[in-house]
Amino acid sequence: MIKLTAVYVLAGLVFAAFAILSATDRNNGKRFGNAAFWGLVSLSFLAGDRLGDLGNGILVLGLAGIAGFGLLGRGQPATTSPQERKALAERFGEKLFVPALTLPVVVALGVLVLKPLQFGGVPLLDPKQATLLSLALAAVIAVGVGLILLRQPPISPLQEGRRLMDTVGWAALLPQMLAALGAIFALAGVGELVGKLVTDWIPMDARLTAVAVYCLGMAGFTIIMGNAFAAFPVMTAGIGLPILIHRFGGDPAVVASIGMLSGFCGTLMTPLAANFNLVPAALLELPDRYAVIKKQIPTALPLLIANVVLMYVLAFR
Amino acid sequence: MLTLLGVATVVVGFAVRLNPLLVVTLAAFVTGLAAGLSPVEVLEAFGKAFNENRFVSAAYLVLPVIGVVERAGLQERARSLIARFRGVSVGPFLIGYLAFRQLTSALGLTSIAGHAQSIRPMVAPMAEGAVEMRTGRPLDPETRQDTRAMASATDNIGLFFGEDIFIAIGSILLMVGFLATSGIVIDPIHLSLWAIPTALIAFVLHAGRLILFDRRLRRRAGA
Repeated sequence: MIKLTAVYVLAGLVFAAFAILSATDRNNGKRFGNAAFWGLVSLSFLAGDRLGDLGNGILVLGLAGIAGFGLLGRGQPATTSPQERKALAERFGEKLFVPALTLPVVVALGVLVLKPLQFGGVPLLDPKQATLLSLALAAVIAVGVGLILLRQPPISPLQEGRRLMDTVGWAALLPQMLAALGAIFALAGVGELVGKLVTDWIPMDARLTAVAVYCLGMAGFTIIMGNAFAAFPVMTAGIGLPILIHRFGGDPAVVASIGMLSGFCGTLMTPLAANFNLVPAALLELPDRYAVIKKQIPTALPLLIANVVLMYVLAFR
Repeated sequence: MLTLLGVATVVVGFAVRLNPLLVVTLAAFVTGLAAGLSPVEVLEAFGKAFNENRFVSAAYLVLPVIGVVERAGLQERARSLIARFRGVSVGPFLIGYLAFRQLTSALGLTSIAGHAQSIRPMVAPMAEGAVEMRTGRPLDPETRQDTRAMASATDNIGLFFGEDIFIAIGSILLMVGFLATSGIVIDPIHLSLWAIPTALIAFVLHAGRLILFDRRLRRRAGA
C-alpha cells in the first residue's frame, strides 16, 4: 500500500532543492533566509517523525522567526522574459494547456480508478489519503509531460517551482500553522467555552431565534477558529441537538447539513482559512492580502441569511 | 475565560497586520499558558500538531509544473485564447467556471482545480483577457487585481457549495460521525441532498454578483 509517507519524502526532496537553489541565488539579498526557511520545511517533511515533539516545536519557532523578522526575500531564478513568453505562446499554441490539464485528469483517474484497486485484499493507495496521493502522482506525471512536450530545461521545474514558492512566501506555511493552533485551542477547551458563552447569554425560546443563533453561531465560530469542522461539534452540541432537534423537533439531516454550510459562509470571511483566502492573494500577487476575502463577503452574507431562512422552512416541515 | 486571550491575540494580530506566522505562534503560547501548560509543554503540543498536519502543505507539489508551463507562455496563451471568442465577457466566463467547479466538486472531484493549478495559470489570465478584449487596452492595476481576486473568490465559492453534495466528503463524514455518537443514525445521502438548496442559492447569488462585476468594469472602462 502506498501511504502518505511517500508524498512526504517527495515533498521533502523538492523543498530541499528549493533551499539549495535559494542559497545560490545571488540576485536575492536575503538568499540565506529563504534557504533556511525552505530547508526547515524540507527537514519537517523528511524527518518530522524522528524529531520528537519538542524538536518539531523548535522547528516551528524557527519558521515563525525567519518569517516574522523579515528574513525572507524573493528569489529571482533566471526565467523567460514577457516577450519570449509571447513568442513561445505563439509557437506552442494549445499544446501549452496539456501539462496543466494533465493534473486534473490524473487526479480524477487516481480517485476514480486507482483508489478502488486492491491487490490480494490490500488497497494500492491508502484509502484515507487517496486524493493527496493522486495529486502528488499527477504533479510528477505533469512535470514529465511538460518537460518533454514543451522541451524545457530539466532544472526548470525546480527553479520555476522555487519562483512560485517564493511568491507565496511565508503564507505557504500559514495553513499548517493554523491547523496546529486549532489543536492547541482544542486542548485548552476554547471551543466549549465559546459555545457555553453563546448558549448561556442568548435566550432561545423562539424557534426562529434558535435557528438564527445556530446558523450565525456556526459562521461566527468558524471566523474565529478558521474552520467549520471545529465549529460544528461545539455549536451542534450546544444548540443544534438540545434545542433545534430535541426541543423543537427539527429534522437532523437538515439542521446538520445547512448548519455546516452556514459555517462555510464563515470560512469565506476569515483570514484564518488561510489556504483559501490568503495563499491565493499571495499566489496572484495581490498587494492587499485580504483582497480575496473582500470579494467573498458580499456573497457570503446574503447566503448566510438564506441559510437561516432555508433551515427555518425546511427543518420543521 | 483567560483561554479566550488566545483568540483575542489572533484577532488583534491579524487586524494590525503583524506577520501571521508570529501571531499564530504567540496565540498558541497565550492559549496554552492560560490553560495551565508550561512553556515547554505548549511548544511540544504545537510541534506535534504541526507535524501531524504536514499533509496541508504537501499540495504545493503542483507548483513545479505550473512554473514550467508559465515559463513556456501558458498565461499569455490563455489570455489570447479567450480573446478569440469575441462574445465572451468576464461575467459569463466566471459563471461558467463557477458551474464547472460546483458540479465537479459535487461529484467528489474537489482536487482537480484550485488556486495554484487552475486560477493562477489559466482562469485568472483568461478573465483578464476577457476584460482586456472588451476595453481594447491593457488593464490598469486596480482592474487587474479586482479581476484576479474575483476569479479566486469564484473558485472558493464553487468548491464550498459543491463539495457537500458529494456523500463521501470530509464534512459529511464528520456530521454522520458526530450525530451517531449522539444517538442519531443518519444516511449520508440525506445530508448531501439537503446541501442542494444552499448550493443553488449560492450559484444564483454569486452569478448575479459576477454580472454586476462585469457591468462595473465596463462602466469603469467607459469613464
